Amino acid sequence: MSSKSSTHFFHNVYVQSTGTCAGPMEHTGPLGSYFDVYFDDLYCHQKTFEKGEREMQKVAINSCLQKAKKKPNDIDLILGGDLTNQITATSYTAAQYPVPYIGIYGACSSSCLSMGVSSMLIESNYFSSVLAFVSSHNATAERQYRYPLEYGIQKPETTTYTATGAGAILLSNEPSDIRIEAVTFGKVIDFKQTNVNDMGRAMAPAAYDTLKQHFTDTNRDFNSYDLIVTGDLSDYGKKILTKMFEEDNMEVNHYNDCGTLLYDIEKQDVFLGGSGCACSALVTYGYIMDQLRQKKWKKVLIVATGALMSPITIMQKESVPSIAHAISLEVCD
Amino acid sequence: MDETKYNKIADSCKPKSGIVKNCINAFIFGGVIAVIGQFLLEFYMELLNVGQEKASAPMIITIVFITCLLTGLGVFDKIAKHAGAGTFIPITGFANAMSSAALESKSEGLIQGIGSNIFKYGGSVITYGIVSSFIFGVIRYVFKI
Repeated sequence: MSSKSSTHFFHNVYVQSTGTCAGPMEHTGPLGSYFDVYFDDLYCHQKTFEKGEREMQKVAINSCLQKAKKKPNDIDLILGGDLTNQITATSYTAAQYPVPYIGIYGACSSSCLSMGVSSMLIESNYFSSVLAFVSSHNATAERQYRYPLEYGIQKPETTTYTATGAGAILLSNEPSDIRIEAVTFGKVIDFKQTNVNDMGRAMAPAAYDTLKQHFTDTNRDFNSYDLIVTGDLSDYGKKILTKMFEEDNMEVNHYNDCGTLLYDIEKQDVFLGGSGCACSALVTYGYIMDQLRQKKWKKVLIVATGALMSPITIMQKESVPSIAHAISLEVCD
Repeated sequence: MDETKYNKIADSCKPKSGIVKNCINAFIFGGVIAVIGQFLLEFYMELLNVGQEKASAPMIITIVFITCLLTGLGVFDKIAKHAGAGTFIPITGFANAMSSAALESKSEGLIQGIGSNIFKYGGSVITYGIVSSFIFGVIRYVFKI
């Protein structure tokens, strides 16, 4: 399965600061206190949900810059993505900053994809500081991929809830207390899953493949990290992934999923957990970074997962190809 | 790992299906809606002093109105997630499909938003309703039923 190496190691990529902006459900979740700013309404004081999503991105970026005591002019490049058609939320937000911009799309894996690409640009010395940001919004995503917000249907038990929020991370070659140690870019994996209401099952093989590749390339396993999180596999996908590794006689330790960390799936109405770019971004940039800064953990691996279908391909009865990218974060001694 | 083996693993972890609970809920909610409909029907028959056939129109309009109002207030989807087919199959489901689609697309304006999207989910019902009534009309005409 694992062919040639797809893991790249970095020596000069450091995390300067992170910024997060959460929606109402995320704020009331178990990690609510780790987010910089929150809105208690999906409109975020804007006229449309689409504008609301952009507002969240702006708030997250500004919070990130403020913490690093930087101005937009100090940044060499901004790089980001979201889930809306043509990643308009990201591009419209980028228009407000006088900085070169690259838009990326990796569905919900965009958080790790943006960190990975930014790290490579810094490591290669083309840029010295890059701000990566992503967002997802329950209302804009539901509307695009599923049904209207007020549409009354019973969703299947394997459904996930698109997280509302935005996260930004400022990376540069200036040494700091946390660094990006490595990235493993994943392959597109298609196990012919067609249920659009079961993203965990569709994406678990991609997470498995990328993790397996990462372990092979680095000669590590689950015990090499204090925590390994997948992006949004849900409670169901988490179980599948665990079982897949158990079939390989591999011990699964310190493993969790951002979708089940972000919400209390027993009490909050989120079905089997959260999904969306904001799911992994909020958990990583808010909660995990905080724990790393406090040195509670030394080494964490983030494996953001993405489902690469569109509403059209689903209606045409095509399967859901998926992808996962892994980022290894390390506390500097 | 191949797809067959993967599907085996994935099936073994599948979350429990709530089909029995969903069926009971749908039965109760659907029944309650039917009772309300019957009550309204009797009420209009009494009020307007008309037969059952003529009273059914204002009864349906009232149910549709209540559904649209509850959809607009953001309550209907919260009821429907428990009721399932209980609210989806009666006229409430159709009214909600239209009003929720209209609400969602109001940001794109009256013509390209509400006007063209209002039938996005309910449109199939109308299209195939007309197609099937045409077919049955032809059958009735040919066979003089």
